[in-house]
Amino acid sequence: MKKIEAIIKPFKLEDVKDSLSEAGITGMTVSDVKGYGRQQGHSELYRGAEYVVDFLPKIKLELIVAEDQVDNTISIITESAKTGKIGDGKIFVSSIEKVVRIRTGEEDEEAI
Amino acid sequence: MEIESISYVLDTFFAIFAMVLIIFMVPGFAMLEAGLVRTKNVTAVLTINTLIYAVASLAFLLFGYSIAFGDFGSDSMSKWAAFLFQMAFVGKVVNIMSGGVSERAKVIPLAFFTVLMASVIYPLVVNVTWGANFLENTALNLSMYDLAGSTVIHSTGAWALLAAILIIGNRKGRYPKTGGVRVIPASNIPLVTLGAMLLWIGWFGFNGGSVGSIASKESANAVALTILNTNTAGLAGAIMVSIIMYIKYSKLDITMILNGALGGLVAITAGPDLYNIYTPILIGAIGGTLVVFAVSFFDKLRIDDPVGALSVHLVNGIWGTLAVGIFASNGQDITFFGQLKGVLVIGIFAFVVSYVVLFMLNKIVALRAHNEEEMQGLDVEECGLEAYPEFKRAF
Repeated sequence: MKKIEAIIKPFKLEDVKDSLSEAGITGMTVSDVKGYGRQQGHSELYRGAEYVVDFLPKIKLELIVAEDQVDNTISIITESAKTGKIGDGKIFVSSIEKVVRIRTGEEDEEAI
Repeated sequence: MEIESISYVLDTFFAIFAMVLIIFMVPGFAMLEAGLVRTKNVTAVLTINTLIYAVASLAFLLFGYSIAFGDFGSDSMSKWAAFLFQMAFVGKVVNIMSGGVSERAKVIPLAFFTVLMASVIYPLVVNVTWGANFLENTALNLSMYDLAGSTVIHSTGAWALLAAILIIGNRKGRYPKTGGVRVIPASNIPLVTLGAMLLWIGWFGFNGGSVGSIASKESANAVALTILNTNTAGLAGAIMVSIIMYIKYSKLDITMILNGALGGLVAITAGPDLYNIYTPILIGAIGGTLVVFAVSFFDKLRIDDPVGALSVHLVNGIWGTLAVGIFASNGQDITFFGQLKGVLVIGIFAFVVSYVVLFMLNKIVALRAHNEEEMQGLDVEECGLEAYPEFKRAF
């Protein structure tokens, strides 16, 4: 089992979710995050004074998938979250030791 | 009914109607300020605004009105209506001041200052301009024409604000030691817009009502012209600021555009009944222009005014009063010199007295919140209630 974390542009969330559902990958956790990478921040103007917004709003999705679905998931997210412009985000993959479904007590792949 | 009682009833109704419009400026100031400050200080700002209305109106009822006008009385309308109309203005003077010291001044000391402002300082200003005039027959007798209070209300409040800022200082971290300005953006632009628009509506009663009578063809025309000119100056201020901001920064900053409209409204307030219907375009446009440059000017001087009250009310209060001397001088009772004298006499009086009063008050009960309180936000510390408990606070 792997955990896939993807940082994406907020307005791409719907696209990514729809594409993943179509491919039969259901269930994810989403959070509002802020950060910057190569995109850096941008400057805004308030009452004649310019100021830099360092941390840009992004969405982080987390989903746990079985080993054989990792590549497929990554390519779906890459395709659907891409705009081709700087700031599209990143995907991180890491191993998961154990998963438990709280309601039934099922474990690991049965619980995904 | 005979003509005399018809006009009595009409003028009474008109004064009460104008008073109600002016009271719309209470939520106007409250929303404008609540939107311009950070979310951690919103409850404190709303509390101050509510208390100012309550304390100022009551102090004016008990003491201020008689200092300004002598006894209750009016021949042309119900004396209670005449009082209500004048009472509606009082809180505005302090509203102008409290906005500029928000995010660091505490509620209770401001409430004390409100008592003094509404029962003595402002009534004395009114006494020598609109009221009984104890300076008559002295060298300081003022001939200034100020229909609805560019100087009497707007500048007076803003001079008190300048005194207060000089005494309590700037918001923490606003002007870093390394130089420049740390921008503290508004937390809620829709509230800023709502507040400014409510003030705008209130202005129709503020200026229109100041004509004093609507019960003849002549005075009805004067009221309508006053409201038309008031509105025009606001429109011109908003448009002018939009143009300047776009040329200067290629951006349209709504908080500045609204301040520009308010600047135009303050500027027209001294003489909206004196101009033809086109002059207010010029007066309002200059008013808006002054706001844009005044905002950065006060930042250069490191005078921290979160809501732009000095730029709107002080700068344009002065401009509007002088504009009467420029565009409506008749060489007799209205002259540029007479206007300038009014600006200076009232300015010095309002600033010095406010400074002394605030300085002494500050010794008795500290005007400014402690560092920790300021960082935490006045909402939790002083009011015990957050404005937006379900959202993360912005620091």
